[in-house]
Amino acid sequence: MNQTRVLFKRMTDHPADSHTIDRYLETGGYEQARVALGRTRDELVELVKTSGLIGRGGAGFSAGMKWSFLAPARPAYLVVNGDESEPGTFKDRQLLERDPHQMVEGMIIAAVANEVHEAFVYIRGEYPKPARRVQQAVADAYERGFLGRDVMGTGYHLDITVHLGAGAYICGEETALLNSLEGRRGEPRLKPPFFPAAKGLYMLPTIVNNVETISNLPHIVERGIEWYRGLGHDVDTGTFLFSVSGHVKKPGNYELPHGITWRQLIYDVAGGIRDDNELKAWVPGGASAPWFVPSEHLDLEITKSVTDSSGSMLGSGAVIVMDETTDMVAAAERLVRFFAEESCGQCTPCREGTTWLDMILRRMLDGGGRAVDLDLLYDVSDNISVGVGWPPKQTTICPLGPSAVSAVKSLLEYFRPEAEAHIVRANRVPVTIKGFGQ
Amino acid sequence: MSDMVTINVDGEDRRVPAGETLIQACLDTGSYVPHFCYHPRMEPVGMCRQCMVEVETPRGTMLVPSCTMSVNDGMVVHTKSETVMKVQEGMLEFLLINHPLDCPVCDRGGECPLQDQTMACGPGESRFVEEKRHYEKPIPISDLVFLDRERCILCARCVRFSDEISGDPLIEFMDRGANNQIQTFPDEPFSSYFSGNTVQICPVGALTAAPYRFRARPWDLQKAASTCTHCTTGCDISVDSSQNQVLRFNGVDNDFTSHGWLSDKCRFGFEFLGSAERVTTPLIRGDGGEHRIASWSEALDLVAGRLSAIIERDGGGAVAALGGARGTNEDAYALSKFMRTSVGSNHVDAQMDDGLEPQFLAAVAGRGRINDLESAKTILLWGPDLKEENGTLYLRVRRAAQTLGARLIVVHPRRTGLDDRAAFKFTYRPGAGAETLRMLAAGEGEFAAAREALNEGPVVALVGRTGYTEDPRLAEAVAAFARDLPDSSLLVLARRSNVFGALDMGLAPTLLPGRVSADDESGRALLASVWGELPDAVGRRAKGILQGVRDGAIKALLLMGADPVRDVPEGALASAALSEAEFIVAVDLFVTDSSALADVILPAAAFTEKDGSVTNLEGRVQKVNQVVAPPGQARADWSILDDLARRLGKPLGFGSVEIVAKEMAAAAPAYAGIEWDHLETEAGVVVPTGDARQPLHYVPVAGWPPGGGEGSIAEGGGSGATAFALHYARTLYDDGVLMRNGLSLHKLAPGGFAAITSGDAGRLGVAEGDMVTVNEVPLPLRIDDSLLDGVVYVPFNQPGIAPVGDSLEVWVLPFTQAEGINVSPPLGGSAGGHEGSDGEGGS
Repeated sequence: MNQTRVLFKRMTDHPADSHTIDRYLETGGYEQARVALGRTRDELVELVKTSGLIGRGGAGFSAGMKWSFLAPARPAYLVVNGDESEPGTFKDRQLLERDPHQMVEGMIIAAVANEVHEAFVYIRGEYPKPARRVQQAVADAYERGFLGRDVMGTGYHLDITVHLGAGAYICGEETALLNSLEGRRGEPRLKPPFFPAAKGLYMLPTIVNNVETISNLPHIVERGIEWYRGLGHDVDTGTFLFSVSGHVKKPGNYELPHGITWRQLIYDVAGGIRDDNELKAWVPGGASAPWFVPSEHLDLEITKSVTDSSGSMLGSGAVIVMDETTDMVAAAERLVRFFAEESCGQCTPCREGTTWLDMILRRMLDGGGRAVDLDLLYDVSDNISVGVGWPPKQTTICPLGPSAVSAVKSLLEYFRPEAEAHIVRANRVPVTIKGFGQ
Repeated sequence: MSDMVTINVDGEDRRVPAGETLIQACLDTGSYVPHFCYHPRMEPVGMCRQCMVEVETPRGTMLVPSCTMSVNDGMVVHTKSETVMKVQEGMLEFLLINHPLDCPVCDRGGECPLQDQTMACGPGESRFVEEKRHYEKPIPISDLVFLDRERCILCARCVRFSDEISGDPLIEFMDRGANNQIQTFPDEPFSSYFSGNTVQICPVGALTAAPYRFRARPWDLQKAASTCTHCTTGCDISVDSSQNQVLRFNGVDNDFTSHGWLSDKCRFGFEFLGSAERVTTPLIRGDGGEHRIASWSEALDLVAGRLSAIIERDGGGAVAALGGARGTNEDAYALSKFMRTSVGSNHVDAQMDDGLEPQFLAAVAGRGRINDLESAKTILLWGPDLKEENGTLYLRVRRAAQTLGARLIVVHPRRTGLDDRAAFKFTYRPGAGAETLRMLAAGEGEFAAAREALNEGPVVALVGRTGYTEDPRLAEAVAAFARDLPDSSLLVLARRSNVFGALDMGLAPTLLPGRVSADDESGRALLASVWGELPDAVGRRAKGILQGVRDGAIKALLLMGADPVRDVPEGALASAALSEAEFIVAVDLFVTDSSALADVILPAAAFTEKDGSVTNLEGRVQKVNQVVAPPGQARADWSILDDLARRLGKPLGFGSVEIVAKEMAAAAPAYAGIEWDHLETEAGVVVPTGDARQPLHYVPVAGWPPGGGEGSIAEGGGSGATAFALHYARTLYDDGVLMRNGLSLHKLAPGGFAAITSGDAGRLGVAEGDMVTVNEVPLPLRIDDSLLDGVVYVPFNQPGIAPVGDSLEVWVLPFTQAEGINVSPPLGGSAGGHEGSDGEGGS
């Protein structure tokens, strides 16, 4: 199975120096920004809308539509979300580190399209090297006149500020990111009324796009809608970056067209399961996504629509593969613990509910499981995400709480006997109930 | 009714105001929706998720927090569906899993929203078998407030209050997830003047108030509605008592005055009521100067005898009365009638030389409403620092400037609590107010933009004296200027709680009850029909009374809750006068520095110990109610005066406070028809202003100051001695007698200090913390660069600090140069005195 390299092309062709401005210019860099500077907002929004570019941050919303919702008040801001924190996701890191100019050029295009003169790149604090590379790229772009008061001699004004997060998963949620960028606590805002396109950064209209989304823009401007749509599969246009990890032989980032199957991805692209073990389950789109299992999902096409209708999501393209050796209660506990620790603590069901779920799972792992615990897990989940369905009907402010429910839901749906076995085993050993924080 | 919409709640159509939050619409129309974080006076945050309801949308039924949704016409809402009930129970279970359930020892137990809503909507039992969260508990986060993080449900009410309402965000969330907790900043206590409000609105017992902790169970409390009497705002309160002891004040929400908030002085300033230092029996001073306990009849006979003798010998004009602004309108009316008819003197003054011209106050009272702030486009504040003197009014102005978008113009000699919300702030030198006003009125120089803003109405002007050294005529001139601004309304700021009521009852030498000028013939005639004969002679104001007593023109002095030795800037004059007086009778709660000099002290009933009415700065008359019995033999002022008048042979004819109130309504024209029954509402009754009899006594701005300018303060010389302009103003907490006898608040007084700019400090060769003298009073120095050079700020009436006087021009000297101070100079410099006098001579 061959990769279709578009975003990864330059770094593949020139692994030594794809991040430098010289290499970027030598391979045609910043020409598309110049093209975009000659276009109107309407033309560019229409171009991106028609290209079918889907936001790559996880929610899977049309980027062009998002742009078209930008409220008329000015100034407007552009924020590139590089707070790549979803467990299993590491594709933006590669884009930031190996081809930062591709993103900077994409930012110029997005800025022109949205009449933005002040743009920000928010990079997670655990990414020092990507941040340095981006900072260098921005500095080089200023020096060459691609940024600043007079972009490429057109009189257009664009400044880019690089900002590092301080280690909170929740700041990847766009409104929490905006709070963090403003120097406030990283807590999601209420939607409504605080949709970023209307009331975003400093309560002004703001476009928040993911690094991968932005990196697609130079290619769409250069090669056009037909080409871009042709890369994909029906409404899932373009290529898609998969971060494959877990029990596969060849974990890594892969750029692939939409529409291949999970079997092709796991067995052909990623080389199959380690030690040729049996595949037990996989997370199809980041830790927030409900799991897929081979008996039901292995031959499904990897498209947004098929994945959505099968009860999960493609999300950020993080595929975490688990083989037969995996203790699914331990796997669920590890995922739930992540969300419990990363909850901002603002709203009750997420703060209390995710922590409670984790305490129950940990107690089960520690040998203290009770027969009532599986129903309790379900009911606590139900109070975070009503009906424990997909897409979630959340009682929380943001989707973080329901994200923790995904693992519990998957455990109960596909691996209930295994979980029950844990409890039966547990009851043969003395029960200790371990407390919070231990 | 175009601003009403129809929504359907649980199958029933309801008319609700457009734009209302869904939860408020439900609550107002009879559907209770449980909630914790939602508070109608603060921005919704949708955090507790307790108020989730279902709303029908084109995309199906959606579960939404009702506090963050606005109503739309035709909205269909389910507050009792199966899903809603399940979610609400689930939220309560979440809130309870880490709650310590220590309700038996929690102050909130019995009046706790978490308890009540658990009862109504919560699970019957806990499914949580893990270990609960533990924190150190409770931790003091200020001198007044304790925090228990285990009880906290993280609703952010306290965080929002301190950020949105009081503007001192000293309490915040820290950490995240399950460890999310309320905290103060390191080394920065929750030292807000308004911290008690967070205790009141905390939906659990996480925040508790030091003065109330473990004092009562809520079901043992008797709650009585009343009106706070600490300042002139007139906030509705609930007085909670148990076993004849007042234990707590809480704010009561209304749309007119306070919005339910109180400053900590008002909330916790009740402790004096139960003080062991209260005077509980009449006291008579013996020959040795010691007071001895006496019976009422002995004391009253003595007072009546001495007063009669003096009146007979020197006439009624030899008797004067000070005070009366701290009591009720009924007390003030009784004192006014007592002095005018039983004694025959016009020497009465409720304002202790810190106020404004009585004629002016009577003329402007009621010409504005606090609620005018809600629609104000521009606000001019030229008066005391509201944060220090009118706490809840400060919050209302803050709200207008911060939330409602009014442009605020502050003019003051120093920084004020509202500077951070002011669009324009002008700092001037005390004494230069007239020139500042002229420039503002003319829009000269830096005043141009502010003057422009004042052209945009509605304008609300809040006007008063910024400090004790300021000429009261300046406030009149500012008022005269403000009167001509577009669509303007005027709120006049004066000190002492019921000063407006006292003046309305004629407790001023130039006023008679009902805002009638003492020289108004028709007013006099009306009053004479009730009172009989009225004295003719022109009465003296407070300072004149004290001078008269000192000089022997006035022989007897009646102190009605007045402590002139401590409570006027010219304390030295008061001390001299009181030691010269032939006879002093003090009606007081305590033996104060002044009443200690009285021949007879009569124990008075305090606020909460008597019924009556009070009048706030808008002219709003509100009821105060008796909650507890007065201690010992203490009695209400009116009743003491009633007895005394009978002994003087000129009875007032009261017998009960209701009779006083009825006569008041008949004799005081502006209060005509105001009966207690009318006051039993949260709004009270606003005294009508349309028929106020006297014209406005404003001095037009162009005609003032006479002679032009008073900038005669010498500039600092190089010799180290410099004349400064004195800014002498009150702080919220001070050494006033009510504060001094309340344990919690007295220690919060900032203490005495003298503040000057760093530039002046450099010129004087002194630094922060060094001792300096101001008019020979030694004070530690503070640097305050919000002042202008050449200005010294001294807080009024601080513990252990003598008054520095009310002269505009004062000397600030390094302590070692001071002369005549009976304290050893720190470094033993023998030449200090000489340098000081040289310096004075050289400036």
